[in-house]
Amino acid sequence: MTTFRLNGRDVTVDVPADTPLLWVIRDEVGLTGTKFGCGIGMCGACTVHIGGRATRSCVTPVSAAEGADITTIEGIDPEGNHPVQQAWRDLQVPQCGYCQSGQIMQAISLLKDYPSPTDEEIDAVMAGSLCRCMTYVRIREAIKKAAANARGDASNG
Amino acid sequence: MGRLNRFRLGKDGRREQASLSRRGFLVTSLGAGVMFGFARPASANQIFPIEAALPGDGAFEPTIWCGIAPDGEITVNIIRAEMGQHIGTALARIIADEMEADWSKVRINYVDTDPKWGLMVTGGSWSVWMTWDIFRQAGAATRTALVEEAARLLGTTPDRCTVSNSIVSAGNKQISFGDIVAKGHPSHTFTPDEMAKLPLKPASERRLIGNAELKALDIPAKTNGTAIYGIDAKVEGMLYARPKMPPTRYGSKVRSVDDTEARKIKGYVRYLLIEDPSETVQGWVVVLASSYSAAIRAADALKVDWTPGETAHVSERDIQDRGRALINNREGGVYIFNDDGVDQAFSSAHTVMDQEYTCASVLHYQLEPTNALAFEKDGVYEIHAGNQWQSLILPTLAKALDVPESKVILRSYLLGGGFGRRLNGDYMIPAALASKALGGKPVKLILTRSDDMQFDSFRSPSVQRVRMAFDGSDRITAMDYQAAAGWPTGVMAAAFMEKGVDDKPYDQFAIAGGDHWYEVGSFRVRALRNDLAEKTFRPGWLRSVSPGWTSWGVECFLDEVAHRQKKDPAQFRLELLTAQGRNKGQAPDSVGGALRQAAVVRRLMEKVNWGKATLPKDTALGLATTAGQERGMPTWIACCAQVHVDRKTGVVRCEKLTIVVDAGTVVDPDGAKAQTEGAALWGLSMVLFENTEIVNGLPVDRNLNTYTPLRIADTPEMDIEFLPSTEKPMGLGEPGTTVVGPAIGNAIFNAVGVRLRHMPVRPADVLRALQNS
Repeated sequence: MTTFRLNGRDVTVDVPADTPLLWVIRDEVGLTGTKFGCGIGMCGACTVHIGGRATRSCVTPVSAAEGADITTIEGIDPEGNHPVQQAWRDLQVPQCGYCQSGQIMQAISLLKDYPSPTDEEIDAVMAGSLCRCMTYVRIREAIKKAAANARGDASNG
Repeated sequence: MGRLNRFRLGKDGRREQASLSRRGFLVTSLGAGVMFGFARPASANQIFPIEAALPGDGAFEPTIWCGIAPDGEITVNIIRAEMGQHIGTALARIIADEMEADWSKVRINYVDTDPKWGLMVTGGSWSVWMTWDIFRQAGAATRTALVEEAARLLGTTPDRCTVSNSIVSAGNKQISFGDIVAKGHPSHTFTPDEMAKLPLKPASERRLIGNAELKALDIPAKTNGTAIYGIDAKVEGMLYARPKMPPTRYGSKVRSVDDTEARKIKGYVRYLLIEDPSETVQGWVVVLASSYSAAIRAADALKVDWTPGETAHVSERDIQDRGRALINNREGGVYIFNDDGVDQAFSSAHTVMDQEYTCASVLHYQLEPTNALAFEKDGVYEIHAGNQWQSLILPTLAKALDVPESKVILRSYLLGGGFGRRLNGDYMIPAALASKALGGKPVKLILTRSDDMQFDSFRSPSVQRVRMAFDGSDRITAMDYQAAAGWPTGVMAAAFMEKGVDDKPYDQFAIAGGDHWYEVGSFRVRALRNDLAEKTFRPGWLRSVSPGWTSWGVECFLDEVAHRQKKDPAQFRLELLTAQGRNKGQAPDSVGGALRQAAVVRRLMEKVNWGKATLPKDTALGLATTAGQERGMPTWIACCAQVHVDRKTGVVRCEKLTIVVDAGTVVDPDGAKAQTEGAALWGLSMVLFENTEIVNGLPVDRNLNTYTPLRIADTPEMDIEFLPSTEKPMGLGEPGTTVVGPAIGNAIFNAVGVRLRHMPVRPADVLRALQNS
């Protein structure tokens, strides 16, 4: 049995200790916003926050999540109105959308570390998040817009 | 607490109820957790905005394409797959604009398969172009029927009524579309012939088509985890499955299976040998388990011994050599153009240019691995999966399952990327057959990434031979263009092949782009079908299909000719875009012909200050232009790439892409830009970053550890402009891909003087070329 907090709730699951957290979240808990892409931690579609840090859930065994505080795309804002989500909608970032939960989770983590990120910082931190529709131009813009909104910088909003 | 609690507690009772009934959320307890499974009941489709519901009883449906509910909500039925192009929003604009609908009342409904929808295919950048007339007519029919009934209710005549924003007005009286349906009895329905005769709005009166302010209806759900893709489909009691892939795409036979180790995996249920009467999948073994992670491990642990098929040792080079042999044999192939005088022009030429261009295999790597959920209910097989060509796979599924087509239904889901991969629905077959073997029990089969890549239906490697004949004054007298590749349409949809001038069928998606719009004297285009490619793998349609590689040959070659003639490559192209003869174009699809291609080139030259820009050392611009996907649906496009070449490392850095497009009427300006951004970056990825190679009959790359598509840091500055037009809308999902490869190749030449003729261009290739120059 493994117990952790998921989006503010206590969750206990009875699965083998080395089961990837991704499949626990998707198939045991039933939250499907977190996606399966590569299975080796190199596409970023499975990104969740563990203790507030962006983490690839496809290569994280559930045993490593024991007692951890985990947030998925479903849990970042009760109304889906986190500033990053808003920026994503304002700039119409998603195309197929499959990677975008992971992109948003990574971007939120990025903005905690770099509240006013440069292009280089965005490129470095977002490098692990593959978007096959290639929405990268808009991802860059949306991260800057979310940062500007968070600073209350209307001129760049 | 996020959506976990929103669904359970319900902040908004009405909405929760709608969600529960429509989406069929299953709530079961699981320890302290809560399980939500998404099981789509037969009556529920994919609706956006996601909180909307299907219209209930009493909706007025003047055509099969839309319905107006008594509360005024307008549902537009979408038969195309949603894979990132926001196609439902674009198509709904067309029908709603003609209808004079209130956009805020419009819902889009991605429908399941039904014969009434006709051909269900989403590819070729066709959707808007294919739907433009029928949806305008359906909108006009709806408006006509509603106005007739409104006039009756208002005690006037239709000619005294005006319509705007879902309100019909006559003098000082008015009534809404919803009230017309609720209070009246609109009943006028229309046959296709009647619809075609209805008058349509002039372009100047459109307010939804071309409106840059409207947002895509599917986007909000893609920012909060509520969007449901095929991989998210669930039903109660389903087993998870992962295939164990044989060593060759075709012809492998299982000799023995040993599940001793698999039995040690908790959750392992059993394995199945898949016998497929449709022969789509051959020699597959499917592993069943109670969870997907158990299925992954059990498949790894399962030992299967196969007799491989005959292609177990075929290499990429073998396939390319076969292509060269086909081209060099004067017999065979199909002629798309074969003007009089080609051979004569070459035999009497003062000079001849003759070059070969090659392009490597490219994988789709659509981010959602292929998957399908299949089960049988009341004698009908339901297949829940994202798919781009339902009409193609449905008969194959019926054959595989040995049931009539009427006993198979495909339920639509969002696609986590299409890019042509899901035009081939082969991944549904093993799921369906596994379910059948278990008496119709639900089976959810998911390919891991390595499974998915091993048997991707990928872009065939290709060889192009391009020749041009010149007279004594360097005038072009003839062109001979030949290309050899595996033919996706030949393998998967032979009935859709076109016929050449010699009346033989050929795959237009394995030659289009070679049949360009330049004036080149006597012109011959010959398509060769690479049989070894088709034996080894299942060639697929991959974003922009053949123009994604034929443009590499045509546009690099034209640059080579221009440089040889010491002409500016852009001016040289303009001289050839004369719109004479076959290149003058025809209504309604190619009005203006090659002159429109010349216009995008001219505008591009202005934008980039062509020929006048001063750039740093080893940095240069390169240009390419195409007619997009096919001559019958030309999207005129030109691209300028600015690249820097590092002479020490051979690394090519694309600094900027400037693109000018004439796609006729642009229905969705922001979506058009987004599609062109993505398509162009696919082009950049295929020329600099991604390719695979066939080794021992299979693509050698199986994941991102060795397969390296473009990432955010590789993304250049982009400037995209659409020329204003009121002509018929053409496609936009793919044309952006076609121009980038050759623009980069031409820019590399302009930067450092070396000509690369193989795509992709890797640093080692550049270094080798620099050393040899």
